[in-house]
Order: sequence, then structure tokens, then C-alpha cells
Amino acid sequence: MMESLKELYQEVILDHSRHPRNFGKPEACTHEAHGYNPLCGDTVNIYLSLSTDEVVEDLFFDGKGCAISIASASMMTEILKNKTRSETEEIFEQFRNLVTGDKDTVPETEDGERLRVLAGVKQFPMRVKCATLPWHAVHSALNDQTDTTTE
Amino acid sequence: MNEIKSFDVERIRQDFPIFNQKIHGKRLTFLDSGASAQKPQAVLDAVQNAYAVTYANVHRGVHHLSQQSTELYENARETVCAHLNAKSIDEIIFTKNTTEAINLVAQSYGQMALKEGDEILLSYLEHHSNIVPWQLAAEKAGATVKAVPIDENGEFLMEEYLKLLSPKTKIVAITHISNAIGTIVPVKEVIEAAHNMEIPVLIDGSQAMPHMKVDVQDLDADFYVFTGHKVFAPTGIGVLYGKNEWLEKMPPYQGGGDMINRVTFEKTTYATGHSKFEAGTPPIVQAIGLGAAIEYLNGFDFDAIAAHEQSLLAYATEQISLLNSVNIIGQAKEKAAIISFTIEGVHPHDIGTIVDQAGVAVRVGHHCAQPLMDFFDVPSTARASMALYNNREDIDALVGSIKMVQEFFG
Repeated sequence: MMESLKELYQEVILDHSRHPRNFGKPEACTHEAHGYNPLCGDTVNIYLSLSTDEVVEDLFFDGKGCAISIASASMMTEILKNKTRSETEEIFEQFRNLVTGDKDTVPETEDGERLRVLAGVKQFPMRVKCATLPWHAVHSALNDQTDTTTE
Repeated sequence: MNEIKSFDVERIRQDFPIFNQKIHGKRLTFLDSGASAQKPQAVLDAVQNAYAVTYANVHRGVHHLSQQSTELYENARETVCAHLNAKSIDEIIFTKNTTEAINLVAQSYGQMALKEGDEILLSYLEHHSNIVPWQLAAEKAGATVKAVPIDENGEFLMEEYLKLLSPKTKIVAITHISNAIGTIVPVKEVIEAAHNMEIPVLIDGSQAMPHMKVDVQDLDADFYVFTGHKVFAPTGIGVLYGKNEWLEKMPPYQGGGDMINRVTFEKTTYATGHSKFEAGTPPIVQAIGLGAAIEYLNGFDFDAIAAHEQSLLAYATEQISLLNSVNIIGQAKEKAAIISFTIEGVHPHDIGTIVDQAGVAVRVGHHCAQPLMDFFDVPSTARASMALYNNREDIDALVGSIKMVQEFFG
């Protein structure tokens, strides 16, 4: 049992949850969305700046959540920076497949390795929504939806 | 009447087959009875028997099985009636659960009694199921929902309650015991004060029924509601006790079979008594299971159940208080065996996942009591809720698993 827990709560995840990167509301952004998990009451706000050629220039978040959702959001902001809109959607799809355990389509790249840190979530089905909530919110922000819930 | 058994928790645990299994290879430490309680063999046998031996639809059938099924189903109503000390079986309405019982009163009483400008008085301790139905009824009538505040220990503020009672108040709906933090509300005083102003009171007894003997006539409650699955019965069955004087005046909640006297396309007349509020085929077997659960519970001395649970609560409170960075939310003087807690720097969902690996089942989240969570300024808590089958080993396992969480996040 400790093995799956250790995989879920590995040091890098705990580090991101304690010291989230890109945390806070920037003065300006082009896209914004609010994510909410009605089951646990967790919230995440996404502040995204997209350049005219559709590249993520800046990505910040704030909100309240568990170690998994905060770490997922924090790592996501690092991974998605300088990605195009379509790359962002593609990585979201890879991440979703990874944590729902359907199939591993994550490429063997540096970004791919960073995504795989959260692969341990798939052994905890009740926690998948924690990991995907910030990603859903980014998807909503990019598609000009202001609110998203995991239900 | 059963013979009263002496209170031996280890023997009681043997009545519950669920404790025979391991969870993640560990002994099951079940501390989530506040959400739903485990079922004793006596209830499982009653359910099995009702399906395997006596099953048929109830009422009106003239064949043997229908008659047997009806008898068992109506016996369950009599068991509930006697247990609550209601005056008559017409005051015992079977519903799906507490939520449906409250919706029934909110809609039916609301339709009859609420008008624009009226007030419905609740408290900060309420479960969403004793908030949202009233908001729906209030919206329909143009009435307002008000809530009695609590203090930082989670105590119901009686003085504030008395101030909020007004001629505009048309009903008071208060929980007997807070599901999220365990506060026991002095409901008898609540009812008395409301009755002095001729205001009826509904008490949500969901958390009280497994822990104490409730006498609706002694409380003088106008409505008392509870759900079966929290008193060791199956899901899908709940009870609305209502004083006849109200039920007679209230309009039906749902229409259908069984709740009618005579139906023509021009006009339908309704059945009287509990039948008026029980449309359609009822949860027959679930009700029989509820009857068996109450009989099982009545095999014990309620004072002994309370003494056992209070001793566990005291032990758990003491052990958890010894831990660093763990805060108990809700420290009312009169509490049921429910401990809500937070660990500094650790989100309750992470607590829940980690302790589960140690075989410890607690609930994490807002416990369907978001206004209460907002009051304590926490999004959620972890909650250990106990029942008659819990023992000190369960508390030790909980404390051990909290230490494990702290090691992970240390």
C-alpha cells in the first residue's frame, strides 16, 4: 500500500503543492476561467495570456485545493508555457488518458516526463478529478467558457 | 419485545458481517457511520426473507403473499410508531429518505401556510437537505429563509434563536444533531419557544436516531424526520413523523396509486392518514429492513449505547488533541460521537486517501454543510463518525493513520 501512496505523493508533487509555481492573479490576461469541484468544494482560477499567433505567453492560477490539484495546476503552468493552443489541447488529451488509465499516449520528451509524475493518480480513481480540474479550466479558458465543473 | 442484551462491543461487531473483511490488507476501521451505517445480520436476514419468502406488492392484493407482505410492511410502521412514541400509525409516513421527508413538508406545508413576506427559520448547523428544500418553498411563496447563528465552538445560540423568532416565522426547521460537527441542539427548548408563538417545528433527526431514544410526544415535535440507512437499515427508506393535526390539513405531495380514495377524470378524492402522502408502490422491503433495524437497536439499552459512544468520543478527542497541528472543528459541550478535524498544511482529500490505505474510512469534504464550513472558514474537513460497533482499536487506528499523514507531509 505504501508503494502506491509514495508514487502518488512523491517529493516533486509535495514540493509543487507546498510551493506552487505561477500562483496568483496577474494584472492582465487574455483568457480567464474558474474551475470548481462540487464534490469537495475545491476551486481553481486560471489566468492565461495568449499571443496573437495563439501561443500561451503567460499562465497563472490561484485557488484552494488538495496537494494533487495544486501540484497538477502548478506543473501544468510550467508545461504549457510557450505552447500553442493546439499543442495545449493535445497535451491535455495525453494527460487525461494518462490519469484515467485508458492509454499512455504521453511522448518520451521532457514535458512528457513531467506529466508522468502524476501517473500515480490512476490508482486512486476518486482523485482523478483533483488532477484534471486545472486542465479542464484551461480548456474552458481557451474556449471562452468562464466556468467549469468536474461534474 | 427483545430481551435487553448487555453491551459488549466485541459481540456487537460479530453481528455486522462487513467487519469480517480486510481493506487494503488491513483491519477495517469504519468511522463513516454518520454518512451511512453498516447493516447487522438481522437486517440482512429480514431483507433476504422478504424477497425470498414473502414478497409481493402490498395493499389491496387478496392473495396469500400480498397479505403477508402487507402485514410485514405495516408491522414495520408500527415498530417505528412505537419506537418514536407517536400517537398513531397515521402519523408515520414512509419516504425515500430524510431529504424526501423534508421536501414533502417544505412543499406541502409550504403550499398551505407560506405567503409573501413570511420567514422560515433554520440554523447554521443544517445539512443542505434541510436548507435547499426550504429555499425552493420560499422562492415559490416569496418568503425568506433565515438562519440561527452558532458560536466558535459550534454551539447553537439560543438567545439569537429567540430574537429571530417573530410573527413572520411560519416554520422552524432545525437539526437534532449536526452531521458535520456533532453539536446536539437542545431541541426541546427550541420547540417550546416556537410553540409559545404557535410556530410549528420540524426536527431533522438523521444523526440522532442511531444514538439516542427519541420520543416525539415528549419533544412535542410537529415533524420529526430521519433516514433508515443511518440507523443500520437499507437505503431507500426514510420516515416523516407528523402530528395528525398538520397532516390532515396538508395537501398531498405526490399523486399516484395508493394515495387516493376515488378517482374519476372530473375529480379525485384523497386517502386519509399516512396513505395520502404515500403515492405509488412503496419501498416495501426497505421498510421491512427498517423495522428489523429498529428492533435490533431496541435489543440494547440506549443509555448503554450513549455511554459507550461518549466514552469513545472522549478517548478520541483526547488522543487527537495530543497530536500537533491537528484542529478539532466543533467543540460543543453536548456532542454526539462525531469528530471533524483538519490537519494544518494538509487538505482533507489527501488525508482521506492516505488513511484509507491504512484501512481507515473517514469522510472528507464539506459534509453537505457548506454554510457551516464557511462559518469556520474551511472548505472542508475530515470527519470521523462513530456508531455502537466502534471500539478503542478504531480510535487507535485513526490516530495512527493521522500520524502517517503527517509523516507523508512532514
